[in-house]
Amino acid sequence: MSTTALGGDRPRPTIVLVGHGMVGQRFLEALAERGLTATHRVVVLCEEPRPAYDRVQITSYFSGRTADELSLTDMEFIEGHGIELRTGDPAETVDREARTVTARSGLIVGYDVLVLATGSYPFVPPVPNKDAEGCFVYRTIEDLLAIEEYAKSRATTGAVVGGGLLGLEAAGALKGLGLRTHIVEFAPRLMPVQVDEGGGAALLRTIEEMGLAVHTGTGTQEIVTDASGAVTGMKLSDGSELATDMVVFSAGVRPRDQLARAAGLAVGERGGIAVDAQCRTVTDPDVFAIGECAQAVDGRVYGLVAPGYEQAETAAAAIAADETGHMTFTGADLSTKLKLLGVDVASFGDAHGTAEGCLDVVYSDSRAGLYKKLVIGRDGTLLGGILVGDAEAYGTLRALTGSVPPVAPESLVLPAGAGAATQLGPSALPDEAVICSCHNVTKGTIRGAVTEHSCTTVPEVKKCTKAGTGCGSCVKVLTQLVGDELEASGVEVDKGLCGCFGQTREELYEIVLALRITSYQDLLDRYGRKEARGGDGCETCKPAVASIVASLAPAIGADGYVLDGEQAALQDTNDHFLANLQKNGSYSVVPRIPGGEIAPEKLIVIGEIARDFGLYTKITGGQRIDMFGARVEQLPLIWARLVDAGFESGHAYGKSLRTVKSCVGRTWCRYGVQDSVRMAIDLELRYRGLRSPHKLKSAVSGCARECAEARSKDFGVIATANGWNLYVGGNGGATPRHADLLAQDLSDAELVRLIDRFLMFYIRTADRLERTSVWLERIPGGLDHVRDVVVHDSLGICDELESLMASHVSHYRDEWAETVDDPEKLARFVSFVNAPDTPDPVVGFVPERDQMKPDLPLLSIGMRPAETLEGSAQR
Amino acid sequence: MTLAPETTDLKVRLRLRDGWFTVCDLSALLPGRGVAALLPDGRQVAVFRDRSGRLYAIDNRDPFTGAAVLSRGLTGTHRDRPFVASPLLKQRFDLETGRCLDDGSVRVAAYEVQAQAL
Ligand code: SRM
Ligand SMILES: Cc1cc2nc3c(=O)[nH]c(=O)nc-3n(C[C@H](O)[C@H](O)[C@H](O)COP(=O)(O)OP(=O)(O)OC[C@H]3O[C@@H](n4cnc5c(N)ncnc54)[C@H](O)[C@@H]3O)c2cc1C
Ligand code: SF4
Ligand code: FES
Repeated sequence: MSTTALGGDRPRPTIVLVGHGMVGQRFLEALAERGLTATHRVVVLCEEPRPAYDRVQITSYFSGRTADELSLTDMEFIEGHGIELRTGDPAETVDREARTVTARSGLIVGYDVLVLATGSYPFVPPVPNKDAEGCFVYRTIEDLLAIEEYAKSRATTGAVVGGGLLGLEAAGALKGLGLRTHIVEFAPRLMPVQVDEGGGAALLRTIEEMGLAVHTGTGTQEIVTDASGAVTGMKLSDGSELATDMVVFSAGVRPRDQLARAAGLAVGERGGIAVDAQCRTVTDPDVFAIGECAQAVDGRVYGLVAPGYEQAETAAAAIAADETGHMTFTGADLSTKLKLLGVDVASFGDAHGTAEGCLDVVYSDSRAGLYKKLVIGRDGTLLGGILVGDAEAYGTLRALTGSVPPVAPESLVLPAGAGAATQLGPSALPDEAVICSCHNVTKGTIRGAVTEHSCTTVPEVKKCTKAGTGCGSCVKVLTQLVGDELEASGVEVDKGLCGCFGQTREELYEIVLALRITSYQDLLDRYGRKEARGGDGCETCKPAVASIVASLAPAIGADGYVLDGEQAALQDTNDHFLANLQKNGSYSVVPRIPGGEIAPEKLIVIGEIARDFGLYTKITGGQRIDMFGARVEQLPLIWARLVDAGFESGHAYGKSLRTVKSCVGRTWCRYGVQDSVRMAIDLELRYRGLRSPHKLKSAVSGCARECAEARSKDFGVIATANGWNLYVGGNGGATPRHADLLAQDLSDAELVRLIDRFLMFYIRTADRLERTSVWLERIPGGLDHVRDVVVHDSLGICDELESLMASHVSHYRDEWAETVDDPEKLARFVSFVNAPDTPDPVVGFVPERDQMKPDLPLLSIGMRPAETLEGSAQR
Repeated sequence: MTLAPETTDLKVRLRLRDGWFTVCDLSALLPGRGVAALLPDGRQVAVFRDRSGRLYAIDNRDPFTGAAVLSRGLTGTHRDRPFVASPLLKQRFDLETGRCLDDGSVRVAAYEVQAQAL
């Protein structure tokens, strides 16, 4: 290990930052804004293996956000400002006499200014076996990775110690990982810091309804382990024992002030590096402390990001000693809003009503899990409040805190529709109202971003003002404000599809249909934005235009085959390979099984194909069978076998009709009143291959018991004694929506005619990637309008809609069969253009249960010299 | 000799450390789509042709997932830079420099590529 003291002759003064967390990163930005990165050398010692990321949103890792997406660090920023960022290299000692910091790597850096931003560590109560296998804390991405792995491989039950903000977030995450989840809280209620007794009761109800078990008023006495030392349960202070496979401690945080203590810097009684109003340590004027490791001048240690950001600005201003140098940090607001999915909890300002002579306004409906309290000062000033169950008004109320609201306080907490309820929008707020408390951005600043800095979109305003880029709880109000402001200033909002087209998808549809344009390049060069003409388009508009052309193919004289000519270049990879891309570069194959009905012979064929090609098989949620793990070059061989046996493409890849699920219906079921299987098959065969703005799903149930779940579909059909009811706009997925009844007691022919019209009207007017559920909510007039158009023909377009559908139906061809028959297209189905017989060496599999799964370690190697390479690569 | 040889006579060639490496016929490249090729050392390269006939070549491996799939992404132009969007998680890569347009800290190798009559 080399020990080097860095520094040249007459070096620039050096700022050393210890800790690259949220506040550390903000501090670097504040330095850059003040020009200090140009005049100073800046060295950052970062303990974690990755640069700063968004700890506040860390739980979203479990809902699919990647570590990269959570990153707060733009490497261009770091490099551009010449910042020396050393990840995985924590500071170990500070020598204040020599003014140096020694890092774990042995590096010694001299400093002129030292800034400590070391954050906190999770507090783990000193109970026996607290370090047993299966015990975790919840703070870093690495913690989450470890929790995820343990939960998936070794646990079915989990317990969280601590029922505060973070504890509930951790519990939500465990639940999301599929564990039976317990919360153990020492205080008599959940979130004791933020909510009062009434709020705690409403919160408890909601959390229990989500299926979490809550144990309040009891502490953790001991972690129980098995012979191998792994967690099996915990003993509680009320004498009971709780069986659990893992424990996550979330019992508060403590400032990481050890480095400072060892360097002789004063710390507070309960920890935290003591600083003054400028965030300088009280002991040493050349050392600053900011963020969760610091004890502010008001004697408090703030565990939220907004005060930390303010401290970062304050310290940078003090170092710059310019006109911004008079900033001080003397305390902050502790407003919080819980981001846990499904529970709305917010508290802001003086939530517990500690001010003298203040009054409470309370609305509570414990059956609905609602509790809202406002704290009002003697003079009518809004001082704070608590919202449980419905935190809609949080953004507005928080911003109003400290002023006298323009309407009676009761009307702010009563539910909408209950008598005097007033919908107080952000337009009622004064310009000084703080909209984003994470970044301390006022309404005036946001308006200025639109009026003076000509921002025209919410992302632009976010970038310009930083509002909405912290906890995200203000984004709703922000969006409303930006919309209002744009409208007021008469700015035309760009509704264009993407950077290439200024038109909406609906407008492009009309252009393509009216002018019979079959070529994307033609459309781009004639109707694209000026700067995009002649270019190569982008990944947004290419598939969108391809889909429009495919939906209208027979009507505009295009070839409906998606791999034909220029169309091939526009398709998303799934459409281009007529199969679904998997994480390791292999594909899945889903043959159509209309209505979910399949004869034994065909089942056998699928089994044989899967066996012969070594594919993993799974019954899908759409009543059919998916075969995974096919390499590109195997796809045509698999299709050939399937086509031979009478199968065709199930379009699992396209934005097109997926499945029409069925229940067994009248034929077998004692309750059935219509033949739901036959109707499902008829509908699936009628609409198969229809390209649409998003995927389309359907189902047919044989009676009102609804075993096919038709009301969760884009168009669902439920049998009645007199025929069929048609429901539209249903959705499962992330934002479920029950379908609305469009028409009742239809005959077979009436049903089909209405669906024809409905689908074609949707295809014509929806945005790209807009499911029918979202479309129905968005279009002016909603369901009533759609009913007017497709049932009562109010626009006089039903004939056209029907004939468009008729030509789709009569021109349908199976894409797999067509591809298998076309040698030129088949040439594309190889892993390597120069070695057609060589399989992609990164695609490998390992056994799992009785089948196989992708070999992920192979991916991290990335590439391996292929054994078969010699000779096969032509030179 | 004509100065405009038939495209079928043109070969797509990559510059590797030890000289030019022939990948395929130019006609195998569909404008706006890519193909993957295997290099002698086992590395994979994604080769693209845009609508005006320009050629690009970058590493085929998607650094975000490890899968060798960049050749299967959709291409386009963003602020006059040609790019391909990974078909897996959609990050875009500059076809000339290999730089990821959505994450400044990531880049993949870019190769010099030419169509030459052999
Ligand atoms: C295979 C399957 C899961 C399974 O093993 O059962 C599946 C797998 C995928 N689903 Fe699904 N979904 C499957 C049934 C469902 C269902 C259930 C159903 O259809 O009854 C739903 C909820 C119903 C709904 O769509 O409203 C469903 C809601 C989604 C969503 C969320 C849609 C939404 O509007 O919120 C997505 C994401 C999207 O489309 O944007 C999605 C996307 C996907 C994708 C395509 C993700 C992707 O891009 O790679 C998955 C790839 C399939 C593949 O590689 O073969 N999948 N997916 C099911 C295939 C059914 C079939 O036979 O075609
Ligand atoms: C799950 C979760 C949810 C949260 N939700 C919210 C919320 O909704 N709203 C809110 O306001 N706040 C929330 N917080 C709190 C918020 O994340 C913190 O207030 C914020 O991260 C504090 O920033 P910081 O830079 O002071 O500390 P940190 O972000 O913890 O950064 C400190 C960094 O310093 C490093 N470090 C420590 N010692 C050394 C050393 N010797 N050398 C080098 N590096 C060192 C650490 O490894 C760490 O990377 C949440 C926190 C968690 C864990
Ligand atoms: S929906 Fe009705 S007919 Fe169909 S299976 Fe269920 S009970 Fe039987
Ligand atoms: S209040 Fe947290 S991002 Fe605006």
